Amino acid sequence: MSRPRRTDDLRVPAGLLIPALVGVAILVLPMLGLVLRAPWSDLPSILTSEAVLTALRLSLTTATAATLVALVCGVPVAWLLARTALPGRSLLRGVVTVPLVLPPVIGGVALLMVFGRRGVIGGWMDETFGVSLPFTTTAVVLAQVFVAMPFLIVAVEGALRTTDRRYEDVAATLGATSWTTFRRVTLPAVAPGVLAGAVLCWARALGEFGATVTFAGSLPGTTRTLPIEAYVAIGAGDSEVAIVLSLLMIVVSVAILVGLRDRWIGSSA
Amino acid sequence: MSRGARYTVLAVAVAIVLPTVGCDDDEDPQVGAGSDTASGQGDTPSGTVTVLAAASLTESFEELAGQLAREYPDLEVVFSFGPSSGLVEQVISGAPADVLATADPTTMDEAVAADVVDGEPVVFARNALTLAVPAGNPAGVTGLADLADDDLRVAVCEPQVPCGAAAERLLDAAGVTAAPDTLTTDVKEAASLVALGEADAALIYRTDAAAEGDDIETLDVPEADEIVNDYPVALLADAANPDGARAIAGAITGELGRSVLAEAGFLEP
Repeated sequence: MSRPRRTDDLRVPAGLLIPALVGVAILVLPMLGLVLRAPWSDLPSILTSEAVLTALRLSLTTATAATLVALVCGVPVAWLLARTALPGRSLLRGVVTVPLVLPPVIGGVALLMVFGRRGVIGGWMDETFGVSLPFTTTAVVLAQVFVAMPFLIVAVEGALRTTDRRYEDVAATLGATSWTTFRRVTLPAVAPGVLAGAVLCWARALGEFGATVTFAGSLPGTTRTLPIEAYVAIGAGDSEVAIVLSLLMIVVSVAILVGLRDRWIGSSA
Repeated sequence: MSRGARYTVLAVAVAIVLPTVGCDDDEDPQVGAGSDTASGQGDTPSGTVTVLAAASLTESFEELAGQLAREYPDLEVVFSFGPSSGLVEQVISGAPADVLATADPTTMDEAVAADVVDGEPVVFARNALTLAVPAGNPAGVTGLADLADDDLRVAVCEPQVPCGAAAERLLDAAGVTAAPDTLTTDVKEAASLVALGEADAALIYRTDAAAEGDDIETLDVPEADEIVNDYPVALLADAANPDGARAIAGAITGELGRSVLAEAGFLEP
């Protein structure tokens, strides 16, 4: 009784309280504003309109495909970063995480310069196989992988670093090959981390806009994902559609955060 | 790359400058009155004037502002270029701006209907479409009918933005059902894709084709002569700098504007 408990301290100095309230308002008001401006009566018809359904379908399939690619390629990258003594490993980690801080539209320009028709790889692919990536659904997935895979890599590497390596050592002494050890011991141990990374990666892929619109363009049914549909709607002066799409994305984002709350937000409340 | 990057830089610059303009206004209720700022002198417009203009006006208006600086050294002109429909939406949503110039009357009519325009819009130029191909015409495009070819990479503007609306009318007139691979939110994006060689053909304004210089070739499209967009300009009702707005609108509709716009390939109103 005599000692104040740190967690229950309600005496907040005004110098902290006021900026904190402003900060919360900046985060909450835009979302509240969307809810207030939402055309509730038109909501069902907009949500079920051909344009929105097409974009939704494309977003769900591309984000899922991008997450699968990120799982297949990203988990091994995380393993390399966490378990090996590669020379230049920190450089590799830096390179791999650049897309986390790079403006996505710059990523899109970079992808276009490499995989575009006159790009280093794209030019060769076009000449040799007659395959051209930009403005295809594959380009959407590639853009999403570029932007979202680092989230998975960072999450999985973190999980790998915090697991007890002695189990792997034991497996090795019992004669398991390193591949078997990875499959039977390491992967099950970090499964929750992989799952969380995959969900985060999927959410980031679902929200991807800048790299996609720059590298893959915007064509309904082929490359126009939900965020691009929202951007096109606002550019075309069709704000109601943009609001409804924004609400949809917010609902998905909040659902993901709620699903991951124990892992990412903690349970201090 | 340079064009896309430049465009992005410009957009960022505008995004940074716009809020600053808003702040100035609050401290400066009698903008242009002459006595409240150090630079104000008599009837000379001063301060910052913000112009929202159709993307196709980018080069012409920047040129015009450069020449206008000699006449009005104290007037700083800030541009935000984009799709007309999106600009109108911005104005209706309260974007702080003084002058609006769109690429067709339809978009301007929306602004007039929303009561955000001061006085009658004035048509200051006209523009026609052309069929643009990358230098050397690598895909061997011969005319509008080729736009229906699935194997060609075709870029067309969104139907809601003026260049897209004009493209729709042109294709209708020619009896062609185009198979676009991407729908761009403004005409500059379509022009960039052709200049980069990522699109085999695009319907853009003649002025944008001219602005891309040697990177783009144009093909004669007889039907295009009939499909001409009127470009209206208007002062905005909430202009923070009405004197500056009148000065720049006067220059756009006046002799200086005529000569600069004609130089860029615009048609006389």
